This record gives sequence, structure tokens and C-alpha cells, in this order.
Amino acid sequence: MSGGYDDELSRPLEGALEASTSEGPTSPAVGRDEWVARHGDNRTRRGGLLGTVEARLRVVPWWAWLATFVALFCLLPVASDSGYVRRVAFDIAIYMLLALGLNVVVGWGGLLDLGYIAFFGIGAYAYAFLSSDHYGIHLPSFVSIPLVVVIGATTGFLVGLPSRRLTGDYLAIVTLFFLLLFLTVTTNGDDLFGHNVTGGANGLLNADPLSLFGHELPPTLEGGLFNPAYMYVVLAVFVVVYVALRFVNLSRTGRAWRSLREDPLAAEVMGMPVNSLKLMSFAFGAAIAALSGTFVTMLSASVFPLSFSFPLLIIIYTMVILGGSGSQPGVVLGAVLIGTLLELLRDPGDSRVLFYAAIVLGVLGAFRFSVKLAVVVAGTFVFGFVAHSIAGASDNAWVNGSGGEGGGVADFAANWVIVPVHVAAWVAPVSYVSLVALALVLTLLHGWARIALLIPVLYLAAFVWENVMIAQPEPTRYIILGVILIALMIFRPTGLLGEKRVEII
Amino acid sequence: MAEKLLELQGISMAFGGLKCIQALDLDVGEGEIVSVIGPNGAGKTTLFNLITGVYQPTGGDIVFAGKSITGLEPHQITRRGIARTFQTLRLFLNMSVRENVMAAAYGHTKAGVFRSMLRTPGMRREEQEIRELAEKRLAFFGDRLMGYRWDQPAYSLSYANRRRLEIARATATNPRLLLLDEPAAGMNPKETQEITDLISLLRTEGGYTILVIEHDMHVVEGISDRVIALNHGIKIAEGSFDEVATSPQVVEAYLGTGGMAKK
Ligand SMILES: Nc1ncnc2c1ncn2[C@@H]1O[C@H](COP(=O)(O)OP(=O)(O)O)[C@@H](O)[C@H]1O
Ligand SMILES: [Mg+2]
Repeated sequence: MSGGYDDELSRPLEGALEASTSEGPTSPAVGRDEWVARHGDNRTRRGGLLGTVEARLRVVPWWAWLATFVALFCLLPVASDSGYVRRVAFDIAIYMLLALGLNVVVGWGGLLDLGYIAFFGIGAYAYAFLSSDHYGIHLPSFVSIPLVVVIGATTGFLVGLPSRRLTGDYLAIVTLFFLLLFLTVTTNGDDLFGHNVTGGANGLLNADPLSLFGHELPPTLEGGLFNPAYMYVVLAVFVVVYVALRFVNLSRTGRAWRSLREDPLAAEVMGMPVNSLKLMSFAFGAAIAALSGTFVTMLSASVFPLSFSFPLLIIIYTMVILGGSGSQPGVVLGAVLIGTLLELLRDPGDSRVLFYAAIVLGVLGAFRFSVKLAVVVAGTFVFGFVAHSIAGASDNAWVNGSGGEGGGVADFAANWVIVPVHVAAWVAPVSYVSLVALALVLTLLHGWARIALLIPVLYLAAFVWENVMIAQPEPTRYIILGVILIALMIFRPTGLLGEKRVEII
Repeated sequence: MAEKLLELQGISMAFGGLKCIQALDLDVGEGEIVSVIGPNGAGKTTLFNLITGVYQPTGGDIVFAGKSITGLEPHQITRRGIARTFQTLRLFLNMSVRENVMAAAYGHTKAGVFRSMLRTPGMRREEQEIRELAEKRLAFFGDRLMGYRWDQPAYSLSYANRRRLEIARATATNPRLLLLDEPAAGMNPKETQEITDLISLLRTEGGYTILVIEHDMHVVEGISDRVIALNHGIKIAEGSFDEVATSPQVVEAYLGTGGMAKK
């Protein structure tokens, strides 16, 4: 039995097998299974210095990663006393919690839950009901927070229950409907059967701050600065949730979740109650979302329906997908990256730097250091300056519109991209649509034709950016999320830290 | 015959107008190895789907270990002690070989999520037991599923090894009755011989009662206490291998006319 395995499927490899066994009598016979596994290993393993670093990093235990990450995060408010940075750090910590929760539902349970944000909202409102002036109930935090978690889990359970089989499409629609229902009820909840329940669009005000051991944490310090203690609290909760979920994932429940995602019928037949397991993951996600909601209400001392609508849903999904659905470190990384990116995009100066950096990195990644790279870079530069001077020579108003504030990149852009003082109404849609169309044509071309077209396309992209997108930061943020998702789908469908998955061999 | 472990009483199954199983009676005694044969499309796999609760019969009753299991969900039936393999391999391909087997221990283990979160000593002990159980089930296949393959993903296994892993996974549910759907399909003669020996071993060492669907008549002859032949969802013959193989109905079902050729 120690000889080569004569599986029927291994026949085509027989030549290779003999070669490997003939190297020496002591070398082990390589069967097909080993060959496949080693081949897979070798493909993912890198050589050289990068490979060594990667191999070293691989042996760092998970808790060391977590501890380092949390320690760095804790330093943020210390490193910067800007209220803005602290507030963003808090938001990102909330995003991390939300992404962890969604990962349980989507990544582990394999359920498309489009109502996830509703549970976040339910947590926020439930806390306001239990601890604010609205009903005059002021439960201490250590009572109201667990209650909210239970409420979140129960609602999640009840929402999941009617869609009995919980198959993809049905669940997606039922949960989406639930989110709509939630938004409608909260916005119109100031007059529900004659009672003011949710305060309507005006929301609920004067929610209690977090009280720890009879000690209240004011949301703002003197000077109106945001209290970083809240960020630390959320971070602590994040660590607890992260570790608890990790342990669940390594238990029989986690194995069952993974099994049912691979093959629900086989999982069911192997003794796993697929429906209850799905419901469980659903309720888990809802509970974590509700838990996150409490802190948001505490910090702003208020809650409004509009904080829980579709854009946020899309953002959290992007985080999970970008990081790698199913991977805990992945979705946390996704939350940090997307959270930071969205903040940077708020500022025209920062977003401009990001845009050009992305273009440069994209071109660099596509061509490496080659003649083509030189041609594209030089070509685009020349193209830009020529276009700019022709436009400037014919009418100065064509190029004087740049409102870019200081910085090298802004100066460069002002001298390179045509930015008219008055942009006609048709320019935005036409340039935008032609950019998309030309980008599609680009995928059909090959060789030098592609490069020849790439140069004007890059310039057009810069034109659209300077003239259309910078002026509209809000839609731009979502367009960029969309572009990230598309790029991910093409280049790395499993996400940044997702496991490589093989569908069928 | 020993005490009846599984008893199908007048089971029928129809998909729309297609009557796939018709008033079928079948029983399997404790400790027996019974083979089901029949041409493709005879309803053999459907029979397994009915027993394991994947399909609900349109008529009749299924009794296992003295209790009716008709209408139970598949995972409940598995917990009562019936496990199966799939003709069209349904492994958890992106999980490791070991995890595939460990996952199947779900039904007879208890640690809940909250105990898992806290990693209580009881939970950790149980986890260790699941691991040992999985390794024991895998070790049953000796060299073929050796230790160093256990951490590889299931998709890296060869076809024959996937069939073996299917059996290992099924046995990890701690069943009394094992349903094997064409365990020797796609195997070469040497491996087929191994599987034949292994099925006998599953009974003597594992103590399982076995109901097996098989096309390879060498395997059927080698293992069966009893053979049941199906055609168009109807039992056309039952008895010892020789009786069934020479039964005129069986011969006709397979060949139309003429003698039954041994493969
Ligand atoms: N889910 C289903 N829906 C409709 N027809 C089915 C279904 N499952 C099986 N059949 C039909 O039932 C018949 C028996 O199939 P099967 O039990 O798989 O045969 P086999 O004896 O080869 O295992 C076939 O004609 C098949 O097409
Ligand atoms: Mg079949």
C-alpha cells in the first residue's frame, strides 16, 4: 500500500508520480491528494523576502494580532486630541461591531439579511425607551444594555421565523421589508394610534449616558469635546464580542454553520438542524447590531430614524465583503478601511489625493515596471498638458474653474485638468457616461490599442473627478464603494482576508 | 432473521404524475447487510431519500427500531440512528477532512453556544472527544486516509477518497443503520475489492446494520445477506444473491432478454 495510489483519477499524473518516486528510494510516494494540496500551497506561498515575512506573520497567534490592533486603536485619542478624530474613531469602532455581527449572519450563516440595520435601530430606540425622559424610565445601563440585547435577539428570531425555510431570496425580501417597516414606523411613530412612541422624524432626545458602577460618563467633556471614554467602552465590548464569536466559530456550532453554508442538505442529513442553526445566526447578528445601537444613542443622547437607512446598510455590507465574508479579522479590517476611506472622501483635498494615488497604483499594478508603464505615464502627462494649453489658449475661462485648495496635488491638477469656470449642465452626465462606456470598450481591446485608448480614458477620469465628483461628495462616496465592490469581484472575490474557496472540482 | 431494525410498510412516492416508488415493503434486520439493485432510474436513491426524510412519502409508513419515523425531519432521523452517504458526493469541500467528520458529531453532542463562548471545561472535554471520535472514524480507512491528510481541505481528495470520507462522516453520527449509495462507483477493481472488504468490516467491527445500493455485482455478491431488486419503483425480486441474480424478472429488467451477465 505504500506504493503510488492507483486511483482512477490519478492516471494522468502517473508520469509525474514516477518521476518523483524515482528520485530516491526513500522519498515518499506522492499520491494525487498530496499533489493537489501541495500545488495549492505552493501557489499561495510567495518566495523571497516577502514570503519569509508572510511565513513569520502566519505564526503570530490570533490574540497577539487582536491585542496589537486594539492597543493601536486605543492610542488614537491619545495621539490626537482633535474631537473629530475621536468621533471618527468611535464611529469606526461601532462599524467594527456591526461588521462582526453581520459576518455571523452573512459569513457564517450564509443568509442574505437586508434588514440588518433595522436591528441596529431597534437597539438604539430600545435603549432610548428604557433609559430616557421619553417614558420617564431610567434603567441603569447594566440593566438596559442586556435587555436591549435580548430584545434585539428576540426580534431577529421573530423576523427570521416566518420565512420558514429561510432560503436566500425569500429572506432577503422579508428582511428588506422589515427595514422599510422599521423606517416607516419610526418616522411616523409620533402618532401611533394617538400615542407618541418614537418621536417621529424629530427622534427621541435626552437619553441617559452610560452609567458604570453608579458613575455617569458624560458624552461630552468641558469645551464640548467628545468623551473618548465611550470609544474605549465600545472597543472593550468589541474585544469581548470578537473573542466570544471566535470561540463559537471553533465549536460544534461554528462547524455546523460552516457545513450548512457548504451544503445545507448534507448538513441536515448529517444531523444538524439547519433551520434552527440559521435562525440562531440570524438572532446573533441582530443581538450584536442592537448592542451597537445602545452606544450610539448614549453618545448622542438622542436617536433619529434617518441614522438607520439604506446607505448605512450598503456601507456595512461593503465592509464585510471587502474584508472577506466569513473571516473575523477580515471584516474588522474592512470596517477600518471603509470607515477611514469614507471619512477621507468627505474632504475634497484628501479625496483628491486618494483619487490620484488610486490611479497611479492601479496603473502601476497593471503594467509593473515596463516600457508600457513609461508610455502610459508619459502619454497621459503630455496628453493632459497639451489639452490644457489648447483649451487655455482658446479661452481662459475654460481652465480657470479649479477651486482646489492648496497642496501639490491640487496645484498639479489645476495645471493639468481642464476645469471650466462654468460647467454646462450637460457636461456632467455626458462625460460620466462616456467614461463608463470607454472603460467598457477598454476591456475589449488588447495590446497597444488598449494603451492608446487608456491615455484619454485616464484623462477623462481625472476630468470627471475634478468637474463632477469633487463637487458632489455624497454620491461620490457611494460611487467609489461601487467601484471597490466591482474591482473586488474581478480581482479578489473572496475579499482581502477571505479564505480561498473551491466550488466544485 | 434477527429483529427488524428498519421496516418500510407500503411506501409510495410520486413526483407529480411520476410514480417513483409504489407500495414498497422492505425490511432490514438488525446486523444484516442488504443490497438494493436495479437499473438506473429504478428509484433506489429515492428510497434512501425517503428513509432519511429528505422526501416525505406520499403513502405508507417507515418504522425504525420499533418507532415510526415518517414525517420527521432529516436531522431528527439521523439522531435516531440512520446515516447515509450520497451517490453524488456531498462533502463539505472547503472544510478540512477532519472537520468534515467532526461536523457530523453535532447530533449526539451537547455544548451550547454560551458554553462554547466561555469555553467551559465540559465543552472543551466534549470537543476533545469529538476530535478523537473523528480520528477513530478516519483511522478505520487505514493508509487510504492517513493522518497527514486530515488537515487538508476535502476538495484536495481524490474521487475514491471522497467516497471513503463520505462513509467516515456518516459513521461519525454514531448510527445503527448505515445507508450506502453506490459506494464503489468510480473505483477501480482493486479499490472495489477494498470497499467490499470494508463493508463487511463495518458490520463486524463497527456493529452497523447496512443497506447498500450497488451496481457492481461482485460487490453485491461479496457482501449481501440478502438482495432486493427494484424496477420502476416496484420490488421485483428478493432473496439470496443467487436467487435474485437468476430471477427471470431481474434478468429481464437489466437486459430485456437473455442471461444476466456478470460484470
Ligand atoms: N426530486 C425529484 N423530482 C422529480 N423526479 C425525481 C426526483 N428525484 C428522482 N426523480 C425521478 O425518480 C426516478 C428514480 O430516480 P432515482 O431514485 O435517483 O433512481 P436510481 O435508482 O438510479 O437511484 C427517476 O426517474 C428520477 O428522474
Ligand atoms: Mg441512484
